[in-house]
Amino acid sequence: MPAARRPEVTAAPGREARPFAEAVPSRGAIRIENVVKVYGGRSGAVTAVDGCSLDIAAGEIFMVVGPSGCGKTTLLNAVAGFHDISAGRITLDGQVLCDGTHPQAPRGPDRVVVFQNGALFPWQTNLENVIFGPVMQRKLSKRDATDKAMDMMADAGLSGIEHSYPAEVSSGVRRRVEIVRALMNDPKVLLLDEPYRALDALTKSVMHEALLRIYYKNKVTIFFITHDLEEALFLGHKVAVMTTRPCRPKTILTVDIPHPRDYSVLTSKRFRELTRETSAAVHEEALKAFQSGEREG
Amino acid sequence: MLTGFGLFLGGWYLAVEVWRLPRFAEMPGLTVVVKEWLSKDPTYGLSLYTPEYYQHIGRSVWRVAQAFTLATVFGVPLGLFLGWSRRFRDHVFPVFELLRPIPVLAWVPLAIVMFVASESAVIYLAFLASFFATALNAMLGVKSIDESYLRAAECLGASRSQVFRHVILPGALPFIFTGLQISVGVAWFSLVAAEMVSGQYGLGYVINTSYSMVRYPTIIIGMITLGVVGYLTSAMVRVVGDLLMQWRVRELALRGQA
Repeated sequence: MPAARRPEVTAAPGREARPFAEAVPSRGAIRIENVVKVYGGRSGAVTAVDGCSLDIAAGEIFMVVGPSGCGKTTLLNAVAGFHDISAGRITLDGQVLCDGTHPQAPRGPDRVVVFQNGALFPWQTNLENVIFGPVMQRKLSKRDATDKAMDMMADAGLSGIEHSYPAEVSSGVRRRVEIVRALMNDPKVLLLDEPYRALDALTKSVMHEALLRIYYKNKVTIFFITHDLEEALFLGHKVAVMTTRPCRPKTILTVDIPHPRDYSVLTSKRFRELTRETSAAVHEEALKAFQSGEREG
Repeated sequence: MLTGFGLFLGGWYLAVEVWRLPRFAEMPGLTVVVKEWLSKDPTYGLSLYTPEYYQHIGRSVWRVAQAFTLATVFGVPLGLFLGWSRRFRDHVFPVFELLRPIPVLAWVPLAIVMFVASESAVIYLAFLASFFATALNAMLGVKSIDESYLRAAECLGASRSQVFRHVILPGALPFIFTGLQISVGVAWFSLVAAEMVSGQYGLGYVINTSYSMVRYPTIIIGMITLGVVGYLTSAMVRVVGDLLMQWRVRELALRGQA
């Protein structure tokens, strides 16, 4: 097990750099080792992921950036256990999730996914959605789960919508409810698959701050997939820029902007420098994806 | 709504009694039918004031109720399993798809042979049509469920049976109720067909015997009654569906489609 690697903390002027390491959890480290995923199709096999290795430390926000269709969702699906892998190995805290002999990881509440298009059950109220995990697993009674859910929802600024249905609240609120639903299970890892894709830029920035606030309260490993470089740099301890089909890391960057962060980071000098340094790599891959005409994957 | 009814009834009145259009020569006019229907002493023996009228309605409604209940009790679970279990579908669906297109009327002789009592034969025929519509829609309902709901449920630690109870069933419910609306309609359809062939009492029976005994206004009374009763049963299914799916009612209301 490698020691948890934290981004270097450098003090930004006027902001106190809080030593982040003291609250780092000891669980939720993911190692992706030489993972290959080949899709067989009628028109021939497509290598979606090839020789991909990533090392995600416990309690870290790890951002995976790549253009649409580069194969990054395939990687997340392999970690979540929705797809098998063709070769390689994925471990969680040293335990093998999937490898050559067991190509598909089990699905379970230690790695909860927040989906691209949202997957709150529309037939349940927000509160019923949030208590779904612990009640199904019989970890908590309905009453205890409700108490816990009310607390967590209040913490996330979601009081007052408990008994509404998901369709009755804004999409931004739905995303937060879904994240709280995931956190109710005390997962080791939160897997976010472009959760803010459908939101407008202003709502997005509010959502980013909300996510960070939730994160500061529940230090959990976050594996976050996005095509938005600014989003990645704003949220992440580390940012992996992926190549297009096959998907593997092109560069992995440690974002040396201290947490906790807020929106003022977006206009800071360091943020702009990092954006400038990285955007060329992202642009190059986006261009490749565009030229090869790959669709969503 | 009133305009529509006004136009329809006015058209009927004009076509039969004023213009006397050729096709409508034998057709009873609006005034004749209404007079007969509201008469305390009807010429052909059936009106709002005769107990026989309600016996016929009661018989038909009771038959449809039995057929519809049986079709729901068997059709919904079958459809859900067809949608849920691949292996079950592989075995059962081909048979289902071969039986489904057989028109109910083609079942009539067999039904009479199978059930000696004409009552159960009639109910069986109404059940058949209803059953296929219900099962098919329940299956489509399961297939309509977004894959990410199933994945989310598994991520959250739900077992297979919990997924069935908490995701498959509620997720398929909108389709199930669409199916039930169709199913209650086809239950009436096949009931009347069956009653015409082999029934005693019932609205189909009324229409058929009135035809052979040249009581044309009574035919129209039977038809209109079928329309009203059919509408009411369909509305009842919708009300039950809305009660069970408050989430959907609210969702559609928000989108301005209620």
